[in-house]
Amino acid sequence: MEDELTFSDIYGGRLALLRRYYSPSCREFCLSCPRLSLRSLTAVTCSVWLAAYGLFTLFEQNKAFPAWPRVDSLNSGICRRPSGNLTAGVWLSLQNSMILSAAIFITLIGLLGYLHFVKIDQETLLIIDSLGIQMTSSYASGKESTTFIEMGKVKDVIINEAIYMSAKPRLDCLIEVYRSCQEILAHGKATPTSP
Amino acid sequence: MVLKAFFPTCCTSADSGLLVGRWVPEQNSAVVLAVVHFPFIPIQVKELLAQVQQASRVGVAVLGTWCHRRQEPEESLGHFLEGLGAIFSHEPWLQLCRERGSKLWSCKVTHRQVPTSPDAPGEDQVMLIFYDQRKVLLSQLHPPTALPDHQAGDATASTRGLAAVFDTVARSEALFRSDRFDEGLVRLSHWQSEGVEASIIVELAKQASGPVCLLFAYLLSLISAASACRVFKLWPLSFICSKLSTCEQLRHRLEQLTFIFSTQKAENASQLMRKANMLVSVLLDVALGLTLLSWLHGKDRIGQLADALVPVADWVAEELQHLLQWLMGAPAGLKMNRALDQVLGRFFLYHIHLWISYIHLMSPFIERILWHMGLSACLGLTVSLSILSDIIALLTFHIYCFYVYGARLYCLKICGLSSLWRLFRGKKWNVLRQRVDSCSYDLDQLFIGTLLFTILVFLLPTTALYYLVFTLLRLLVVTVQGLIHLLVDLTNSLPLYALGLRLCRPYRLSAGVKFQVLEHEAGRPLRLLMQINPLPYNRVVHTYRLPSCGCHPKHSWGSLCRKLFFGELIYPWRQRGEKQD
Repeated sequence: MEDELTFSDIYGGRLALLRRYYSPSCREFCLSCPRLSLRSLTAVTCSVWLAAYGLFTLFEQNKAFPAWPRVDSLNSGICRRPSGNLTAGVWLSLQNSMILSAAIFITLIGLLGYLHFVKIDQETLLIIDSLGIQMTSSYASGKESTTFIEMGKVKDVIINEAIYMSAKPRLDCLIEVYRSCQEILAHGKATPTSP
Repeated sequence: MVLKAFFPTCCTSADSGLLVGRWVPEQNSAVVLAVVHFPFIPIQVKELLAQVQQASRVGVAVLGTWCHRRQEPEESLGHFLEGLGAIFSHEPWLQLCRERGSKLWSCKVTHRQVPTSPDAPGEDQVMLIFYDQRKVLLSQLHPPTALPDHQAGDATASTRGLAAVFDTVARSEALFRSDRFDEGLVRLSHWQSEGVEASIIVELAKQASGPVCLLFAYLLSLISAASACRVFKLWPLSFICSKLSTCEQLRHRLEQLTFIFSTQKAENASQLMRKANMLVSVLLDVALGLTLLSWLHGKDRIGQLADALVPVADWVAEELQHLLQWLMGAPAGLKMNRALDQVLGRFFLYHIHLWISYIHLMSPFIERILWHMGLSACLGLTVSLSILSDIIALLTFHIYCFYVYGARLYCLKICGLSSLWRLFRGKKWNVLRQRVDSCSYDLDQLFIGTLLFTILVFLLPTTALYYLVFTLLRLLVVTVQGLIHLLVDLTNSLPLYALGLRLCRPYRLSAGVKFQVLEHEAGRPLRLLMQINPLPYNRVVHTYRLPSCGCHPKHSWGSLCRKLFFGELIYPWRQRGEKQD
């Protein structure tokens, strides 16, 4: 049997806790985090691009005047060979395209890294009596990292600071999970072991 | 407590029969290893199990019955299976049942001695955990649990938790040797029952490895004997060999090759992994070295390199000369003591002049020397990098000499200054007690001491500036050499085989297990799928990294700064001969 509750995390975002009860000795808690919002993504991309364009204009201002040839040859005392102008022009455009492509590259790599290493989609806690406790974090890019702790190594389940849980739920959600864990552990200790 | 039954996924579609495996009483779990099919003779089954038990030291027994039936339940089969419980007595007796083509399982546990309590709910008695037998057999848990010795019989109670399951499956290889094509007396179903896995290449390699190892071990012993002969112990050669990083690298590689080709078999899994890692690392090294060799020897690149080398050395010497001219003038607006300045400047300029003459003397031979050194790339890329580092050290030998002169001069000055400063204040360094004591000096001692102190103080800026400039140059060279050494270290110590294994066969290196709950219906036993959780890459590198030369800088930043301030010579790498282990 399943039921779903709604909580909020420490930043005010909406968290959904899905409880599944498989049997008296096995329960699963699934905490889903708020998805990546389009607003924040657009904001970050725009700021990176604005910074890149700012740098680009800065370089153009500084380097444009000495490098480009003066159109009116009456005033200029500078007389360069045409091939020198060409290479200077090529170098300048290369510099500009380097800045812009570096910006694209940084944005892409940063987004991929964020999705793969930082943004948590869902956290699951599976308690199986007499086997152990398993915690799975699944990230937005599909990566799943699992930790399994055997029951022999678990003495008790306590509420530590919420900082350690990546989804950062508030106390009410933690109390709910804590109560269920204690029920299962008590159930496990109450049933006598077979001879 | 709930009874856990570990069932292999390969047997879920097997025909009805007996369950054979091991019962672990401490965890109330039954590890099913295989299914024995009808028809069988109970005596033969018991003989087979006794054989397996003797060969593998695992307490294999008949745990219960397995029933894979069609839609209509067969009553006769049910009674027959129950009757088997009387022949193969096992406590507790497990009865697993599955309807063909559906995912509905049912389990029943009967205890003979203890009567089942009437209020124990049926479905909570057994938990089914499916595992992939092949993967669990081949996988290796990290950290490795301390396995008891094989002589201690069935004393595997010390392996806790799931490590016991892995241990059981890994040690029961004798049970998995017969497949359905064998004309054996007993028909078994397990992961290899469709045919024993083997590869011709692996078998051939195993057969060939014996003589190849012998041959290589003999060759390597000849080489080590040659290198350990008395000639190399004499003073000039041993000194040079201890300073060159090429010799270090060659010695390291020789040790590794001796280890790989030693005729003893690897005792445990970690030694085998070490050998494999070393072999792959050596092969990659040689492959990269041969690539470099082919690149160098094509299109006369060696000639181009040799042609470029002398002008580069000339350029370095010219830049040093300009630097010294600058120091002899008024460097950065500072006013130096002219006489000392001129003396030091001319001394160093003459040194450079000598160095340039030697370089020009050697220039006709450089191409030949480079060509022969280029040949050494076939020994490996790391050897070429070490040679490059040594060439840099040799070409910048004059910078090293200048640094040593400047440092010694500065050190002497600082020592003199500190001792005369003490005299100035009326104190003395007591060598016996290793402390500063007060002392009464005569007048002429005080007079001369003060004079000398003044002279040294006023000459300090000049010496300090020369020392600073040459120390910076030396640190630059040391940094470049350090980067090359870092690269060599990385190539030496990276466990490529373990990384490749983690990439291609992640179940071989496991950090633990993970469970997944399969479709569950009320009234049926809970079914879980146990999968192997692979080891993360950083732990793979950390666990399996090979020992490298160990040429790391031994100083912390604080002691380095202190040594620089007092003018003591810094040796960034302690060579192997002087290292205390």
